[in-house]
Amino acid sequence: MIKEAKNQTIVFKNKPRIIGNYSIAGPKEGKGPFGEMFDYVMKDDFFGEKTYEKAERKMLEHAIFGATDKALLRPDNIDMLICGDLLNQIITSSYAARAFDVSYLGIFSACSAMALSIGIGASMVNAGYFKNVACATSSHFSTAERQFRFPLELGNQRPPTSQWTCTGSGCTVLSLGGQGPYIDSVTFGKAMDYGVCDVNNMGAAMAPAAMETMISVFKDTKTKPEDYDLILTGDLGKLGAEILLDLMEERGYKLGKNYCDCGQMIFYHDQNVLMGGSGCGCSATIFNSYVVERLKTGQLKKVLYIATGALLSTTACQQGESIPGIAHALVVKASPPFEERTVTKKEKQQFAENIKKQLKKYNVEGE
Amino acid sequence: MNYKDRNKKYNEYVKQKIPKTRSWPTLFNAFWVGGVICMIGQGIGDGIRAIWPDLSGSMVSAYISIILIFIASLLTGIGVYDRIGAFAGAGSIVPITGFSNSITSPAMDYKNEGIIFGLCVKMFSIAGPVIVIGVLASAVVGLIYLFI
Repeated sequence: MIKEAKNQTIVFKNKPRIIGNYSIAGPKEGKGPFGEMFDYVMKDDFFGEKTYEKAERKMLEHAIFGATDKALLRPDNIDMLICGDLLNQIITSSYAARAFDVSYLGIFSACSAMALSIGIGASMVNAGYFKNVACATSSHFSTAERQFRFPLELGNQRPPTSQWTCTGSGCTVLSLGGQGPYIDSVTFGKAMDYGVCDVNNMGAAMAPAAMETMISVFKDTKTKPEDYDLILTGDLGKLGAEILLDLMEERGYKLGKNYCDCGQMIFYHDQNVLMGGSGCGCSATIFNSYVVERLKTGQLKKVLYIATGALLSTTACQQGESIPGIAHALVVKASPPFEERTVTKKEKQQFAENIKKQLKKYNVEGE
Repeated sequence: MNYKDRNKKYNEYVKQKIPKTRSWPTLFNAFWVGGVICMIGQGIGDGIRAIWPDLSGSMVSAYISIILIFIASLLTGIGVYDRIGAFAGAGSIVPITGFSNSITSPAMDYKNEGIIFGLCVKMFSIAGPVIVIGVLASAVVGLIYLFI
């Protein structure tokens, strides 16, 4: 068993498969290029709740319910729930976990929580300890903004390097057996600190971590950048992605057209987001919508997904500390039989309404 | 590997990568929005003087401040002031309206954490330093005034 791990990478022999995926995004993200692909787009940031924190929690619950339902499971059939988010004491995850009667593993890895949760989940599933594991993350612009920066209505200007925290949540259900794309390997990253102290420039803080993890993946799995249909980094944003390209070239790896960054892609340029999106929800929603759906239909065969996170604390930053970055990588492969068609928008909407009803019922029963 | 050198080199590299803020358009916007706010204040003052000619000058300026603070709070409450601020920057921060916005916005954000520990405590999280430094500076200036 120990031989399966090479340096930082674990290659899974038993092919933990993605049997359910669900993404839910905020209205601003819904107007972006991926708006059509998300399973559900919220009409407003409150999602029918009184506070933004509650809205984020509901969003996460909705995503977990949606993914389990898509996997044709009941929430009780899930054996373990792995969740992470950005708020202090990961309150979104922990409070959402109350709704589910399963073992709960709360993780914090800033914006890279999606890859970390899937990495841990896949390890559990591969080892045979648990059969169905749900991995979820969420982030909300309004809650994150309040915690890390300024009050929402404060009339200040954002620095040109700042990024927009995405409102969104994604959930992936992993299982042994069944059909669909599988997690081939996971590479757990190292915390890298290149001495960046600017809280408004997280792309620069995360890029070295992304580089380090990406090189580990290439070395450990003996692959080259060209071997992947898509190399996707989490939320480096425009500046971070440019820095990563430079850093990789310095180390002798040239990333081609197959390289993309979620933060750069999730919004249009005219949406006033400066360097692009950030937050757990940014890469989690794109991974659980675009990437997994394309893997299911076979349009993408092999994807390298590197979620990046800035392990930022306002306390430490105010004391003059620099920001460590982290990146975890997943290699996800498609496997036949491929699905012939993708779900239409109308079907998605019906599904979402159904989930909403279920959630309501479930929450009432749970109390 | 020497981490200090590596970090220094990286930070210098990042610095030259960062897109620069275009100063002239931002300065221009700050200038004219700030000017307009001051003009509104002057207009209010002139209006008050026209209605109540007997009011003293200090009373008039107090009324101007109160009315401007009220307008800025209202605009913050209905979600307009942050847009003005994003456009004008210092132009809408430096006048008294910016001070009003910096108190109203945390109050709005933290009201769901309770009246005392939420609203009252967090209300001055942005404006607090301004008050502290303002009071301190006035004391220093007062001392100087005393001796000359």
